[in-house]
Amino acid sequence: MTQLDPLAGEDTITIYERSREGRRAFVAPELDVPEVAVEKLLPDSVRRERPADLPEVSEPEIVRHFNGLSKKNFDLDTGFYPLGSCTMKHNPKLHERLAALPGHARLHPLQDPRYAQGALELMHGLQGALSEIAGLPHVSLQPSAGSHGELAGLLLTRAYHEHRGEQRTKVLTPDTAHGTNPATVTMAGYEVVKVGTAPDGGVDLGDLREKAGEDVACLMLTNPNTLGLFDSNIEEIAEVVHGVGATLYYDGANLNAVMGITRPGDMGFDIVHFNLHKTFTQPHGGGGPGAGPIAVSDRIEPFLPSPQVVERRGDNGAEPHYDLDYERPKSIGRLRGFQGNFGVFVRSYAYIRSLGADGLKEASEIAVLNANYLRARLAEEGIAKYLPIAFDRTCMHEFVLSGRGARDELGIKTLDIAKRMLDHKVHPPTVYFPLLVEEALMIEPTETETKERLDHFADVVRSILEEAEVDPEIAKAAPYTTPVRRLDEAGAAKRPVVRWRRQQDNPGDAERAKEAPAGGSGAM
Amino acid sequence: MSRYTSVTDQDLREMLGAIGAGSLAELFADVPEGVRLGRELELPDGQSEQQVFEHVSELAARNRHNDCEVSFLGAGMYDHYVPALVDSILQRSEFLTPYTPYQPEISQGGLQVMFEFQTAISELTGLPVSNASVYEGPSAVAAAGYLAKQETKRTKLVTSRGLHPHSRAALATHAAGYRMRVEEVPLTGEGATDPTALAEVVDDDTAAVFVQQPNFLGTVEELGELAEAAKRTGALLVCAADPLPLAILKPPGELGVDICVGEGQTLGNRLDFGGPSFGFFAAGERFIRKLPGRIAGETRDVDGKRGFVLTLQTREQHIRRERATHNICTSQALNALAGVIYLSWLGKQGAVELAELMLRRTHYARERLGLEPINPGPVVREFAVRVPDIDAVFDAARADGINPGYRLGRDYPEYEDGLLVAVTERRTREQIDRLAEVATPAREQVATA
Repeated sequence: MTQLDPLAGEDTITIYERSREGRRAFVAPELDVPEVAVEKLLPDSVRRERPADLPEVSEPEIVRHFNGLSKKNFDLDTGFYPLGSCTMKHNPKLHERLAALPGHARLHPLQDPRYAQGALELMHGLQGALSEIAGLPHVSLQPSAGSHGELAGLLLTRAYHEHRGEQRTKVLTPDTAHGTNPATVTMAGYEVVKVGTAPDGGVDLGDLREKAGEDVACLMLTNPNTLGLFDSNIEEIAEVVHGVGATLYYDGANLNAVMGITRPGDMGFDIVHFNLHKTFTQPHGGGGPGAGPIAVSDRIEPFLPSPQVVERRGDNGAEPHYDLDYERPKSIGRLRGFQGNFGVFVRSYAYIRSLGADGLKEASEIAVLNANYLRARLAEEGIAKYLPIAFDRTCMHEFVLSGRGARDELGIKTLDIAKRMLDHKVHPPTVYFPLLVEEALMIEPTETETKERLDHFADVVRSILEEAEVDPEIAKAAPYTTPVRRLDEAGAAKRPVVRWRRQQDNPGDAERAKEAPAGGSGAM
Repeated sequence: MSRYTSVTDQDLREMLGAIGAGSLAELFADVPEGVRLGRELELPDGQSEQQVFEHVSELAARNRHNDCEVSFLGAGMYDHYVPALVDSILQRSEFLTPYTPYQPEISQGGLQVMFEFQTAISELTGLPVSNASVYEGPSAVAAAGYLAKQETKRTKLVTSRGLHPHSRAALATHAAGYRMRVEEVPLTGEGATDPTALAEVVDDDTAAVFVQQPNFLGTVEELGELAEAAKRTGALLVCAADPLPLAILKPPGELGVDICVGEGQTLGNRLDFGGPSFGFFAAGERFIRKLPGRIAGETRDVDGKRGFVLTLQTREQHIRRERATHNICTSQALNALAGVIYLSWLGKQGAVELAELMLRRTHYARERLGLEPINPGPVVREFAVRVPDIDAVFDAARADGINPGYRLGRDYPEYEDGLLVAVTERRTREQIDRLAEVATPAREQVATA
């Protein structure tokens, strides 16, 4: 069953183990200034005694090493990647070319704005487009990712309320929320209060009314929610939240469902974050970079992070120009260095320019079409009894199945199904989320997949279930064809080995970890 | 304009048929009338690839980037040479387009990269545990503040005025959320953190002290002395460091630093007008279960093969939710990959050679400029000087195609005439001499004063 793979097995060695003393790739530029002894320039108290133990490897071997590693990754350019809540849509190659232009890649962030007009115009244009898509008038591009945008949103909420002399202590999050929501609430100094889910999958309005009080600062919501369902009660929800003076926060992870159809601002949201690495095609890079711009209403605007990209009208008929505005006395301040992840802005700007208004709307329509089609295919006989849909309604861009049928009838868990998918060269959906669905599989195909790919995925699911009807053990021990098979995650957490070490320097991290108490010496 | 989708008319009919819907509009029936947009978005019409390329290229051409001028601008991001193999490897789809490695069996490449990255950061900082990246430098400083709060339950953070102004600002912004107050310690007359003043400010309420190595002015701080002053009352010492100068500087972890964070742009990342780059977060062993973000760990598969997984995930938001050590999810994996490729390219000796070259050129430049130094002590890649009539020097430099550096006045009123000059390996002696040439009037003013 196992395919021989020369890159797998004991050939798995780190770049440090490829190192041989004296090998190198780098040639330093010529020393064209006096060769003053280093000891004269740096006193002993600050000078490193021995070099950092970086690898010594030739250029060809570096290239082979990382190319070899790349081949152990499954990626979006290779195949179907229906990871729920992650919007794994195609990453256009044009964007890479544009981001790499020297005018972008080689532009220093502290260049005088007079000499960075192209970059500032691009940012201003992106702000305008995101504002229009969100239906909210003001945008800050600064947050580095979605969770950073969430934090910005709650810091803005706090600043807004404090400015009004109000002290509020609680933030409401639905029990279906992304984990970043409650984590953000704590970081922003609030207490999390969970709001329940109604039988139709939306917010439990009764529970919301009960918990929405004068001590509530904000309700964080995504709509469509993490079940892939649009909450039709959104106007009523907004009324309840605004009625107690709280802000309504939109987690933009699911924005791909509704572009050009409805806007968070029109639904009553005060603050929205975008995930440019989801909806707006920034490649995910195996875990970033992303960017998490926010859009806000007029009442939140004074508190936006500093600096803001602004357009200044020219005097006496002069051309308008773009600038960074630091004169923001009520601002919450900086969230990070410089102006944000500009390289990501270039890609998202190009995407919006490529699609235009009708293209963005079509992207959302096809995302919803693809999700509903796949939902229908997976509701067919032979599949639905094992993987019933959690909430049987028309979905938006994603939907959630429960693996409880497969667990009870076939004795295989959602994890087993996911692992068996790896042998079929498709990426599994998000699993075990949202938490209120047993054995959840959260499936988001996105608009860039063809009908044939969706059909193929449905066929894969069917074949895994049919195989398990005959022999469930096959799925339980899957995968078989991947560079490694199931890994000992519990062991990794119990005895953490988080860096490579020379054997002669150290008897081995596993041993060290067993012996060392939690408050270890920290010696290298 | 339709792009990147592929639904034909026939597909549409078949798919709607399978769904049991009459039209696309029917799929949106749950969206109430009252919140529907009911018009087109007001955006420019979609364009062809060629048109978008030309438009965005035209915008890019309006930026004066580092190939258009001789730039001594640093102040947190630096003009280092990025070797071609970094670009080439980063553009591989297998690194560029996967999500965070939630399925380790098909993500061994990305996970091993994280492990190798953690090792390199651990080596440079002298601290045994590193995570797999955070967003960037200043927010990494803020993340360390959050760890310090959770660890010590104390209420005060103390920063050196030598900490990057963006880091101090980001720390203040985040600390307003996690309810800590921030106090600042001044610099000495020689542009280093004042250990005496530091010792006076640190008290039983202090959760952490933040310094930077080299500091914002370029000064190499005496971390050992600062550690003594900072840690008397049990506060943690956090050092924001640039990893490249650490090739020749004593590792912060050997000098009493508990947490070392920083901006990683200097390791193989482009300037990109400020991002994306990566931040790093390294700490002592006792913090291993308190770090923010992803950590890769080594393990074995069911057949006994060596492999890597995301580990200690019970720290993280998707498991621990409101009790997570941080809310970070997506970080900067691809940029961290650039970092580990770059460090492999430099290698053990090369990293030292590069840092020593910068060290010598920087000292040469400071001497050659002949202006009053703000920080006369040891520097590695950057230094600050007072420039009489700084506006005139900027004008003369600009006219000669030189960007002389960063004006300190905005962030440091006490250095209103201050100029921060960065000298990377890309700035030659000839270019340094040209900068000295345009600064001649200022030098003459100093001489006659």
